[in-house]
Amino acid sequence: MTESAIRYEKDSDNIVTLILDDPKQSANTMNDAYKAAITLVIDHLEKEKDSIKGVLITSAKKTFFAGGDLNDLIQVTSETAEAFMVDVTALKGTLRRLETLGVPVVACINGAAMGGGLEIALAAHHRIILDDPRIPLGLPEVTLGLLPGAGGVVRMVRMLGLEKAFPFLLEGLQLNPQTAVKAGVVDELASSPEDMIAKAKAWINANPGSQQPWDKKGYRLPGGDPTTPKVAQMLAIAPAMLMSKTKGCYPAPEAIMAAAVEGAQVDFDTALRIESRYFIQLATDQVAKNMINAFFFQLQEIKKGQSRPAGFDRWQPSKVGILGAGMMGSGIAWACASSGIQVVLKDATQENAEKGKSYTASLLERQVAKGRMAQDKASAILGNITATANADDLAGCDMVIEAVFEDRDLKATVTKEAESKVNAGVLMCSNTSTLPITGLAKASGKPENFIGLHFFSPVDKMPLVEIIRGEKTSDEALAKAFDFVMKIKKTPIVVNDSRGFFTSRVFSTFAMEGVSMLDERINPATIEKASLLAGMPVGPLAVVDEVSLSLSRNIRMQTTKDLEAEGGSYTAHPADAIIDRMVTEFGREGKASGKGFYDYPDAGGKKLWSGLVSNFGGDVTEIDMQDLKDRILFIQSIEAVKCVEEGVLNSVTDANIGSIFGIGMPAWTGGVLQFINGYCLPAFVERAKVLAEKYGDRFQPPALLVKKAEAGEIFS
Amino acid sequence: MTIEAYIYDAVRTPRGKGKAGGALNEVKPISLVSTLMHAITDRNTELDTAGIDDVVLGCVTPIGDQGADIAKTAALAADWDMKVAGVQLNRFCASGLEAVNTCAMKIRSGWEDLVVAGGVESMSRVPMGSDGGPWALDPGTNLHTGFVPQGVGADLIATLEGFSRTDVDQFASISQDRAAAARSEGLFDKSIVPVKDQNGLMVLSEDEFIRPGTTVETLSGLKPSFQIPGQMGYDSVALQKYHWIDSINHVHTPGNSSGIVDGASLILIGNEAAGKKHGLTPRARVIATAVTSTDPTIMLTGPAPATEKALAKAGLTIDDIDLFEVNEAFASVVMKFMKELNVPHEKVNVNGGAIAMGHPLGATGGMIVGTLVDELERRSLKRGLLTLCVGGGMGIATIIERV
Repeated sequence: MTESAIRYEKDSDNIVTLILDDPKQSANTMNDAYKAAITLVIDHLEKEKDSIKGVLITSAKKTFFAGGDLNDLIQVTSETAEAFMVDVTALKGTLRRLETLGVPVVACINGAAMGGGLEIALAAHHRIILDDPRIPLGLPEVTLGLLPGAGGVVRMVRMLGLEKAFPFLLEGLQLNPQTAVKAGVVDELASSPEDMIAKAKAWINANPGSQQPWDKKGYRLPGGDPTTPKVAQMLAIAPAMLMSKTKGCYPAPEAIMAAAVEGAQVDFDTALRIESRYFIQLATDQVAKNMINAFFFQLQEIKKGQSRPAGFDRWQPSKVGILGAGMMGSGIAWACASSGIQVVLKDATQENAEKGKSYTASLLERQVAKGRMAQDKASAILGNITATANADDLAGCDMVIEAVFEDRDLKATVTKEAESKVNAGVLMCSNTSTLPITGLAKASGKPENFIGLHFFSPVDKMPLVEIIRGEKTSDEALAKAFDFVMKIKKTPIVVNDSRGFFTSRVFSTFAMEGVSMLDERINPATIEKASLLAGMPVGPLAVVDEVSLSLSRNIRMQTTKDLEAEGGSYTAHPADAIIDRMVTEFGREGKASGKGFYDYPDAGGKKLWSGLVSNFGGDVTEIDMQDLKDRILFIQSIEAVKCVEEGVLNSVTDANIGSIFGIGMPAWTGGVLQFINGYCLPAFVERAKVLAEKYGDRFQPPALLVKKAEAGEIFS
Repeated sequence: MTIEAYIYDAVRTPRGKGKAGGALNEVKPISLVSTLMHAITDRNTELDTAGIDDVVLGCVTPIGDQGADIAKTAALAADWDMKVAGVQLNRFCASGLEAVNTCAMKIRSGWEDLVVAGGVESMSRVPMGSDGGPWALDPGTNLHTGFVPQGVGADLIATLEGFSRTDVDQFASISQDRAAAARSEGLFDKSIVPVKDQNGLMVLSEDEFIRPGTTVETLSGLKPSFQIPGQMGYDSVALQKYHWIDSINHVHTPGNSSGIVDGASLILIGNEAAGKKHGLTPRARVIATAVTSTDPTIMLTGPAPATEKALAKAGLTIDDIDLFEVNEAFASVVMKFMKELNVPHEKVNVNGGAIAMGHPLGATGGMIVGTLVDELERRSLKRGLLTLCVGGGMGIATIIERV
């Protein structure tokens, strides 16, 4: 079987080693080659089982096994559900036949075993893993809107019990070899591949006639079955705990919980069929397609550099100057230093600069305290940062990131000062969330080397960086900026210059849409709830408080001025009057000033300001919740289409990933443009028109969207 | 011509604390029922049990000691004539009153002549919820229906209606005062059948759960029962529907919610001819019954609409009712009922309620029928209405009239 995806080798002790080794791919997946091979292998094993002492499974790849083939899975539809059920049943059947062969089966996990990889290992009677902390194990299917459909749900539940299996199944909690042994998912650690094989063979020799625990007589579910009072108590509240997190937007964890509990009450084979039925339900659902598209295919495209101009060598800065040691500057300093980049963190005073550096120190201390980082590594990272008030210290920097206050004049001043101190070819970056880059570049002697890098706050938690290309920015500068963002382990998207670029523009439509609902006398708690129920991580009123109402108002006034100077005019938004009254009449400027849409008492959590109801209404409780949820999502997608129309966005991938990672567009939508695809363009256009009729022209579908809908196209 | 359904007798056991150490914990639920069955035949000396068509018993957790049709089993255990049939039913907290209503319907339909309604619940032996069920325990059903336990619903009612912790504690202390006074004045004696052991030794002669001297102050130290489960997820689920509420004010504690107790009740119901045949004197008649259902999330707002439905069926208005028994599942339930239908507290639960005396789930409906008939007789009043909030959002009501 030389061309097979599984090599079959029998040694002199009659121990068979199955070597997973797809001849055409760098990693093993549950593709057609695997399916064909495993069926042949199992047939063969069953024929030879009387002369076999045991079976050992390992992989010839760097990873053990990578899991399901998402190219196949994303194609499954309700029309092909029947055939898919047959396929899934056959696939599970092979693993079931393997574990009931009557001889010991050991999995030797030599590398990553995620998803299907772990499911194969779970079908073994004994699991041994290389003691290498870089090897991940887990069932991440839920993060792609799926469930582990090759027996993963059934076996994890039977191995660990319902309560202990839930975090791995419902959250995709990842393990490493040490934690996997502690959790009881893996049985033994091995110090080397040779040690692993030796241990596997020893175990086989010591355990003839081995069986899975669940196939032994008298087996009981660990922790108790669903009728056990303690388990029943947990099961009654588990769905509510899930709903409080997912708000009902995610079918996958719901289906997993159902498959786990239902499966725990029937025999193994019936449990496998229940698992399959839920698997198919998820695989045919739009949410899984959205999530697979975003978190597998599109994220891969970004990492492959689809938005990076070709023809330039990979670049990395030798020394980065950061201007301004405020919240953003110190966060960026942390990101650079953590990736081994030398940083000069400059502020107006030495004291401010040191304070910025201490931010990195505090983040590192926390890591060390939690045992996630060694002290010497933390010290080395902190040592990468030089805090200074002296611009001369910028000498030798080949990249500068300006992160001062959002003020054009100030940004121009520090840009000029920095350029006078650094190398001629320096990559000059501005961290701004709103100011057009082309304008800022005018302060630079070399606008072709000037580019926008929009970091999100807090930098250590937010994965996105929006790269903004100004009118004069060169391809080379863009390639360098892209490489830098990848180097500091952030996800880059690339957009063209515009007021608010892409993310801030879209984000602002979300926030303002929520605020405008106050103008309709809708209860503020309802507004926040609508946003959360749509899947947004926060409510719009909370978000405007974070940004600050006064800043939002200042930006609008600046925009109005700019537009008028350009001969245009600003189109008023129903939220404007609310914000104006909040700031001017009630003096409520946002969280930073201690009062905005919310009150921020010293003790206890924030509470919606009671004055919202007395001053703006809030008496409308009979609302159409679907309308509110749709408004929150539609307005963002419509703005994104406008960004495509205006050439701000060149890539659907960047739009989707940017919206999820940067501004909290719900993962279930697959991103701001995929949401439209998933909704179906003609249906989206119709719904947008209805919303426009009811709530204002801002919902009118842009011409590009109408055109694509009529042409039967999608955003791809 | 309508065949009237007459209430001929109503008996109940005292309510024992529903936990280990409670007086009735050592008594089997079957014994609670058979004690009452013996009392029925003792009190009605001409009654021939062969004339009883059916025994209908409410039981909310019909497993273990209470499983396998405890109604028929009890009839056998009490040595009633073997012709007596028996059926157990479950409408959650309304099971006892449902048994009364079902029996009234059996009589008014003319298809049966003499029946026994009632219920039993040994909450100390068979814990609430131990019968499982898909509503809470099947994730698919739980998620689909947005399951939230009733205590969170009670707190949500208080939040929506603006009842403060002091308000509900105030209500609870009144229930305690009234129950303590009624017990000491012997107002329950007419219905209560003391529970004795096989040697005739007294086990429990009167309600055990009442705490005389309870005040708002003594209640104020109790911790809210549903704050933690609420924060773990139930509040979030409830507020997805009640979206205009920022947060739920958790005001209910063990002190202002119904007590967990053991007990049983039986009501003898029949037509006029059966009464004459067995030498029975009618005390009241059932003039209307109703069940309905409301939002399952808030769950406990059924009493008012069920009451209105029953009143409409009887052609009466709320002012035609002299006394009310509104089950005190939680203080806010009764407070909302009074507020919604504009009923003065002077007419409601005049001898206290389940907050003071306890709520032995399946038995409660039957118990409060006896309490109401007794009190209507004592005050020489005419009409009474009974209502309970019920799981799943249901509500039940029964209107009786003295004869």
